[in-house]
Amino acid sequence: MSEHIEADAPAQTPEDIHGHVAVDVTTLDAELIEGASVATADVAEYALWLGDDALVLAQQLGAWISRAPELEEDVALGNVALDLIGHARSLLHYAGTASNRTEDDLAYWRTEPDFRSLHIVEQPNGDFAHTIARQFIVAHYLFELYSRLRASADATLAAIAAKAVKEVDYHRDHSTQWVLRLAQGTDESRRRMITAFSDLWPYVEEIFRDDPLIDRLEGIAVRPSSLLPAFDAAIAPVLAEAELDIPSGFVASGGGRTGKHSEHLAFLLAEMQVLTRAHPGASW
Amino acid sequence: MVTTAGTTAARIEAEARPRPTDAASLAAWRIAAQVVDPEIPVLTIEDLGVLRSVTVTDDAVAVTLTPTYSGCPAMDAMRDDVLEVLTSAGYENVAVRLVLSPAWTTDWMSEIGKAKLREYGIAAPTGHATARASGPAGPISLKMAVKCPRCSSLNTRELAHFGSTSCKSLYECRDCLEPFDYFKVL
Repeated sequence: MSEHIEADAPAQTPEDIHGHVAVDVTTLDAELIEGASVATADVAEYALWLGDDALVLAQQLGAWISRAPELEEDVALGNVALDLIGHARSLLHYAGTASNRTEDDLAYWRTEPDFRSLHIVEQPNGDFAHTIARQFIVAHYLFELYSRLRASADATLAAIAAKAVKEVDYHRDHSTQWVLRLAQGTDESRRRMITAFSDLWPYVEEIFRDDPLIDRLEGIAVRPSSLLPAFDAAIAPVLAEAELDIPSGFVASGGGRTGKHSEHLAFLLAEMQVLTRAHPGASW
Repeated sequence: MVTTAGTTAARIEAEARPRPTDAASLAAWRIAAQVVDPEIPVLTIEDLGVLRSVTVTDDAVAVTLTPTYSGCPAMDAMRDDVLEVLTSAGYENVAVRLVLSPAWTTDWMSEIGKAKLREYGIAAPTGHATARASGPAGPISLKMAVKCPRCSSLNTRELAHFGSTSCKSLYECRDCLEPFDYFKVL
């Protein structure tokens, strides 16, 4: 710290700072990454995969605000959603550079078949245990993914991942604490935790499925199947401590990466996009 | 190991506050550095390590900021405020950009900033993010004791991991019984 702040700076109150901020939005360069280049079509598609996962999950978590079991959980899920919105903005912004579209164009003006999100993120919030099971699975997956994507040959993806991994680490911890607490709580909380894992496990397989796109992005994207051993190793001790078994049973068809979605996504998008579509170009 | 610790501190300081070396840019840096975090108005963007570069050329000023958290809504306000403060100071063609790399860390918070934070009633981050990141995080993270900013007791506990903003968690002091915010390590 230098002395100049005390010496030169007149004390500024928050009112001074926020009194009259007149900013021409067009002068704000929306570029997120210094020196970021334009994404190729394949890299843009990959950025859409990850960006759509983050966006859809954030939208889901936002629905808990004011409805979580306790005030602290409203705040926690709201904060997790905010982090995910941040990741989605960076990723969709980058994806948009390939087709000259903004992050808002991609979030609000695409329809269901154009979304590339996984089926697990579009599964309904359900009860709190379902939301926690979904968080637990996705946060552990994202942590492994972003840990490795930091080494991507694509500088923009690497920068986004380096930022995101630190935040996702907290999401992983949050859901882990809840899995342990619910599974070892009352008979009712344990019953709900077991039901939630059993309902969501069919959607785990799709997360680690390799799409042909991955073959074209060697060194840039992270191969989903390569994450499975680390994912299994990370969740095993938690499930063991919680005395939960990995559910067996059917595997859902998936197809999110190619735009095949379950019925849930359309309802979610309708709610997310209605305002922008009712008032195109509106700002505040 | 005093030398090593001193060198490390100097390295982190240089990384946290990369002030420009030419006089014109440094003058503009000092003006931009007055902008405060709208959520924690005792901390300037320089204290936080959010101000990354200020470059003055013949007819323009280019500023880069880095977000604390990816989704931090205060970033828009800080960006607008930097634009406002430089424009008011007479600079023209001010452009403010956000950069993500290198990723922001609480290690960049200045010692003066940490002291101001405690005085404001928020516990400053304890320990280093690098230490947190290198250890294999087990299912239960080991946490360092957080000191109550009111009575300095170490007998505190976390009430909620996620607090009033992305960067804070909610604690309570078991001695003075007051709740307080803790700026968590990132």
